[in-house]
Amino acid sequence: MAMTWIWTGMVALSLACGALTGNLGALGGAALEGARSAVELCVSMAGVMCLWTGVMEVLERSGATALLARAFHPLLRRLFPRASRDAETLAALSANLSANLLGLGNAATPLGIRAARAMARGSGGAASDELCLFVVLNTASIQLLPTTVAGVRAALGAGDPFDILPAVWLASLGSVLAGVAAARLLARVRRERT
Amino acid sequence: MSLSALAVPALLCAAGLYGALRRVDVYAALTHGAEEGLGVLLRVLPPLVGLLAAVRMFGASGAAELLARLLAPLLTRVGIPAETAPLLLIRPISGSGALAVGSELMERCGVDSYVGRVAAVMLGSSETTFYTVAVYYGAAGITKTRHTIPAALCADLTMFLLSAFAVRLFFGA
Repeated sequence: MAMTWIWTGMVALSLACGALTGNLGALGGAALEGARSAVELCVSMAGVMCLWTGVMEVLERSGATALLARAFHPLLRRLFPRASRDAETLAALSANLSANLLGLGNAATPLGIRAARAMARGSGGAASDELCLFVVLNTASIQLLPTTVAGVRAALGAGDPFDILPAVWLASLGSVLAGVAAARLLARVRRERT
Repeated sequence: MSLSALAVPALLCAAGLYGALRRVDVYAALTHGAEEGLGVLLRVLPPLVGLLAAVRMFGASGAAELLARLLAPLLTRVGIPAETAPLLLIRPISGSGALAVGSELMERCGVDSYVGRVAAVMLGSSETTFYTVAVYYGAAGITKTRHTIPAALCADLTMFLLSAFAVRLFFGA
């Protein structure tokens, strides 16, 4: 239901604010423009998405994902004890983690979706504690090289586009730890309430 | 040349070679996997259409700007530069929007200035929270997100505070 309230709230607030600021006329166009850009986004990422799911299938059939997954087993078993019982889910989780670290965001998403779909099986549309934690981890970046931002900084004439790296690592690490802590705490609070 | 730029071609080549050496029909696997990706996209599109329509309305109505102005006094108290208020609001909602707001900030305040660096760190150490949630749960068929969004926003809030703190730590204010 959270998305229902956020979505409805945003639309209602936009309408109210548009009426106050006199921007009401622009709202209809903006909504249609947003819907159109969603399709554009999907079309523009379709090629990359299909390429990576294709590469994943190659890696899977050749047994390479099983190798990669093994490296992340100890960490993932602690974070996702239930999901890591299934070998295929564990492989997707590990591959998502390594793609995220490398900054291959376009590769990480289809891999993560594969893991999320496996974790959601038989849940009746409600996210499990582990699925919540997994999505929270993906909303907090664990990227080692933020190449897009470095590209923007270079274009604007920064002395050293990558000099922000230590600050980015500190902020990333802190936000990942805060996300894990919050997800675990909220899961416990909710379980006690019911 | 960055490491990331090399990672993609290297990974493609390694996947092909490793598969071929292990007697896997690499090309058939590649095309079959790509077909699976197409199905995923079809499930991702509907939630994205709804979300982006609302986001654009929010921006066009002036609501985003108004909220940013209201937040400025609070932000300066916790050590976050007030100029970054619009970035804080758009960062969890729209990736391309955040990049636009962030690069405008870097240009206006100076790319190597305190505010410019804080904006860059904020962009570099976070993902687009609501987009990620919509894509993952849309594809997985989840409608009850439970504590996902509060926990993810906790992570974002920590990231914002730490971004300003880290830039002061490594570069001085």
